[in-house]
Amino acid sequence: MAEVRNNLKFAATHEWIEFKDGVATVGITDYAQEALGDVVFVEPPELGQQFAVGDEIAVIESVKAASDIYSPVTGTVIAVNEALESDPELVNSAPYDEGWIFKLEMSDPATPENLLSVEQYAELCEAEEH
Amino acid sequence: MPFIPHTQDDEKTMLDAIGVASIDELFDEIPASIVADPIDQIPPGESEMSMLRLMQERAARDHMGLCFIGAGAYEHHIPAAVWDIVGRGEFLTAYTPYQAEASQGTLQLIYEFQTMISRLTGMEVANASVYDGATALAEAMLMAVRANKKIKTKRIVCAGNINPRYVATCQTIVRNQGIEIQQLQCDAESGLLNPDMLETIDETVAVVLSYPSFFGGLDEVDRLTDLVHARGALMIAVVNPTALAILKPPGEWGENGADIVVGEGQPLGIPLASGGPYLGFMCCRQAIVRQMPGRIIGRTVDLQGKTGFTLTLQAREQHIRRAKATSNICTNQGLLVAAATIYMSIMGNEGLRQVALASHAGMAELLQRAEQLAGVQQHFTGAYFHECVLELPVPAAALISAMGEQGVLPGLDLGEYFAGMEHCLLVNVTEKKTAADLDRFMDGLKSSLQTVSQSC
Repeated sequence: MAEVRNNLKFAATHEWIEFKDGVATVGITDYAQEALGDVVFVEPPELGQQFAVGDEIAVIESVKAASDIYSPVTGTVIAVNEALESDPELVNSAPYDEGWIFKLEMSDPATPENLLSVEQYAELCEAEEH
Repeated sequence: MPFIPHTQDDEKTMLDAIGVASIDELFDEIPASIVADPIDQIPPGESEMSMLRLMQERAARDHMGLCFIGAGAYEHHIPAAVWDIVGRGEFLTAYTPYQAEASQGTLQLIYEFQTMISRLTGMEVANASVYDGATALAEAMLMAVRANKKIKTKRIVCAGNINPRYVATCQTIVRNQGIEIQQLQCDAESGLLNPDMLETIDETVAVVLSYPSFFGGLDEVDRLTDLVHARGALMIAVVNPTALAILKPPGEWGENGADIVVGEGQPLGIPLASGGPYLGFMCCRQAIVRQMPGRIIGRTVDLQGKTGFTLTLQAREQHIRRAKATSNICTNQGLLVAAATIYMSIMGNEGLRQVALASHAGMAELLQRAEQLAGVQQHFTGAYFHECVLELPVPAAALISAMGEQGVLPGLDLGEYFAGMEHCLLVNVTEKKTAADLDRFMDGLKSSLQTVSQSC
C-alpha cells in the first residue's frame, strides 16, 4: 500500500502539497513514484516564473516515461530542490521529504478548495488500481 | 537479425490461430467512410524478368559525366569492403533492430558510429543519425529554441553562405512553429560572415555557421563562436566530415566550443546515388543532451556485469513522450550508419587526412589552371577547402550546357540560387580526380568558353 501523509493535501494528478505561510511546497506521491519507476531526471521550473492552477510546471523523467507535473495553485516559483539535479532518485526514496520538487508563493493565500484530503486521495488511488 | 517475409501459408496459420478469416478483417473496425479508395493509378506488377528489362533500358539513358559538382554531396572513393559488409542480410534487411535482447551487434555498431562522429567533431555526445544534413539542421534549430531558455524570441540567425537548400528545408519545418530564420549577408569579396555583423543583430536563440561554407570558404570560427556566446545565443555548426580531418573541429571553436553540430554524412562511404539516401549526423554538449532528438545508443552493464549496448534517454522520444517529444523522428539511417562506420574504420585518421589533403590539392591545382584562362578567376578571395567559386566571362548555365555535351559536369550554376551570381560556377574536386580528369576539365572549359562566347 502506498504511503500517504496526514498533514498534506493532494491533487487528482498525484501531486502532494504542504501549505505554510502562503507558500506551497509540492512533490509527487508515493503512489506516483512507484508507478513511474526509477526517476532519472527532474526538469524543474525556473525561479521567478509564474504559473496558474493546472499549468504544466515541471517534468519528471523515469526510465520508461516522462510525466508532466501540474501546478496545484496560482503563484510564483520561489525555490526548486537542487539536490534532485544530482540525485533524482530522491523522488523515489523520499517522495514526501527530501524528494520535494518546488515551492510556490501563492498569489491567493487561501488554500484551494478543489484539492483532495488524505482519505479522498487514498480512495482515488484504490479506484485507479482496478 | 535478417528480415524473412511470411509465406501465404504462414499468414493463414496465424489468422487461423486467432480465428480471423483475412488480413482485411483485422482492420474491419475502421469505418467504411474513412477507408481510402483503392489506388488504381499504379499499373499491375511486372515479372522480375520484364522489370529488369525495363530498368536496364531506363538506366541506359543515364549519362555518367565526369562530375565536378559538390554543393553538399561529394564523390569520394569508397573501399570495396564497405558495401560488401553492409550488403549482409543482418544489415541490409533488418527492420528497426533496437531491441537490446536481439540486436547487440547492431547497437554496438551504432555506438561506435556515435563515438567516431563525436571524436571527429570534438563534441561530447552524438546521436544515432537522422535523415540527412538538411533536416539535421532543422532539428538543431528546434533544439536550440528548446534548450536556450534565456532567450524568449524564437529567432535563429543564419550566415548567408549556408547551403540554400538547407535553409529552404528549415523554413518548411520551423515556420509553423513560429520560428523566424534571419539570414545575414556575407561579405561580397570574401563570401564570409563579417564578425562585426553579429554586434548589430537583435536578441537571437542561435546562430548557424557552415564550415566550410556553401562556397567552400572558411569563416573565422573562433571569433564568431565567442561573439555568439557573448550575445547569449547558441552556436550551431554545419560541417563537412571530411574537412574535419584537417580543420579545427567545432568542439574546439572559441572559448567554449559550438553547442550543436550537424552535417551531412554522405562523404563517409555513401555513393552520390542521385541524391540519396544520405545521413545526417547530430552532436551536442552533454548539458543539453536531453533536448537532442533521435536515437541515442548507450553502453552499460547487464545483471551479470557484462558490457552491453542499449537505447537510452528514450523518454524524450515520441513513442513515449508523444506530442511533447523532442521530435517526431523515431528512427535513424541504420544502413548508412553501418557504411559510414566501416568507411571510417578502414580509412582511420590518416586515411581521412589523406582524402582531405588530396581533395584540397586537386582543387588548388584546378583553380590555378583555370585562372590562366582569360576572364576566369576565383570569385571570392581567401582560403577554401575542396570547393570554390569560379567567375566566368559567360553565363554559367551556358558553360554547363556546352561542357555537358563533352561528358563533363563542371559545377553548379550559382545563379539558380543567388541573384547576381549568374556568371558563377561552384566547382568541387575530390581525391578521385586524376591528372587526366583535370586535363579533360580544362580542355572542355577552354573549348566551351570559346563556343559560348562566339554564340553570345
